[in-house]
Amino acid sequence: MIAGLDLGPVVLILALGVWTILARDTFAAAVGFIAYGLLLTLAWVRLHGVDVALTEAAIGGGLTGALLIGAATRLRPTEATARAETPGAFTRVLAALVAALVSAALMICVLALPDPAPTLAPEVAANIAVTEVGNPITAVLLAFRAMDTLLEAIVLLFALIGVWSLAPDRVWGGRPGPRQYADPNGILAYVARVLPPIGIVVGMYIFWVGADHPGGKFQGATIIAAMWLLTIMAGLTDAPPISRTWLRVGLVAGPLVFIAIGFAGAVTAGAFLAYPVGYAKPLIIAIELALMPSLALVLALMLAGAPQRTAS
Amino acid sequence: MTLLLDLFTIVAVTAGAFFFLAGTVGLLRFPDAFTRLHALTKADNLGLGLVILGLLPRVDSAFTGLKLICVWLFVLLSGSVASQLIARAERRRETRT
Repeated sequence: MIAGLDLGPVVLILALGVWTILARDTFAAAVGFIAYGLLLTLAWVRLHGVDVALTEAAIGGGLTGALLIGAATRLRPTEATARAETPGAFTRVLAALVAALVSAALMICVLALPDPAPTLAPEVAANIAVTEVGNPITAVLLAFRAMDTLLEAIVLLFALIGVWSLAPDRVWGGRPGPRQYADPNGILAYVARVLPPIGIVVGMYIFWVGADHPGGKFQGATIIAAMWLLTIMAGLTDAPPISRTWLRVGLVAGPLVFIAIGFAGAVTAGAFLAYPVGYAKPLIIAIELALMPSLALVLALMLAGAPQRTAS
Repeated sequence: MTLLLDLFTIVAVTAGAFFFLAGTVGLLRFPDAFTRLHALTKADNLGLGLVILGLLPRVDSAFTGLKLICVWLFVLLSGSVASQLIARAERRRETRT
C-alpha cells in the first residue's frame, strides 16, 4: 500500500522531467520545471529530508522557477526565429552521442556505489553535542563543513555581480527592472500590504527554528526576499539603485562577518573556521544572523535583475 | 469515540479529494480561462479546506492544528489573488484582440 503510494510521485517526477525536456515552448518548460521542483519537494519529505525539502521548495522550485520564467518572458520575441534554425544532422548526432555518454557514465557511477554507502552520520551524531545545536543539518553546515557554507554565500555574491555586469554603461548604478505601477486599490497592492508582515514573521521563525529543527537562514531569507519583491511588484516601493552604499555594505556584511569569525577561530581555536570550546552556539547564531540579511538582499536583487534605468 | 473520529477523517478527506478531482477535470475540460479559474478555486477552497478539516482531529497539539488552519487561509488568500490577477490579464488580452 505504502509502496504503491510512493510509486505515484516517482512516475509523475520521471514523466514531468521527460516532458520538461521535450517541451518546445520555453515558457511551458519553465512551468514544468516548477511543478517538477514541487514534486521533488514531496519526494524529499517522504525521505525524511525536511531541510532539503524546504530548500528545494524555496530555492529549487520557487527562486529558480521565477528566474526561468523571467528569462522565458524575455526570450519570447526571439523564440520563433530561434526555433526555425534547426541544427544539421552532424550536430544532432553529436549532441545525442554526448548526452548518451554522460547518461551512461552517471548510470555506471550509480551502480558502482558501495552498499551500504559510506557515511559520516554516526560521527556527526557523536560530536553534535559539542556544537550545542540540535539540528544535525545546521551542525554540519555551520560547524563541521562551515567552509562550504562560506563559499556558497560568496558564490551567490559573484552570481549577483554577474547579473549586474549585464547592465548597459549608461544605467550602471541605476535601478533594476522597470518601475512597477499597479492600481493602489487593486488586489496586488492589497496582498502586498497584508502578506509582508506575516511573511517576515514566518521567515524569521524558519530562520530561528533552524538551530534545532528543519529550517535555516537560506529558507528564511528566500521568504523575506519574496516579501520585498512583492512590495516592489505591487509598486508600493521601488527597487533601490545598485550604487547605494547601504545596499553594498548589506550585501558583503554577512560573508565578511563569517570570514572574520573564521580568522578569529584561527587565533583562538587553532584552525580557520574553528570555534573555541563553549562558544560554538553563540558564534553559529552570530554568523547566521549576519548572513540572513545579506542572503535576502542577494536573492531579491538577483531576481530583480540587471539595472535598466538611472537612479533618478 | 475514536471510531467516530476516524470515520469523520475518512469522510472529510475523501470529500476533499473529490473536490480536487472535480477541479482538475474542470481545469482540463472547461472552454476558457474564466471557467477554468472557477473550477480551480473549488479545489483550493473546498478541497483543501475539507482535507484540513479531516486532519484536525488527528493533530497532537493545538499549535499544529492552528498551523494547519493557517496553511488553508494562506492558500485561500494566494489562490484568490492569483485568480484575480490571471482573470484581469485574460480580460486585457481579450479586449486587445
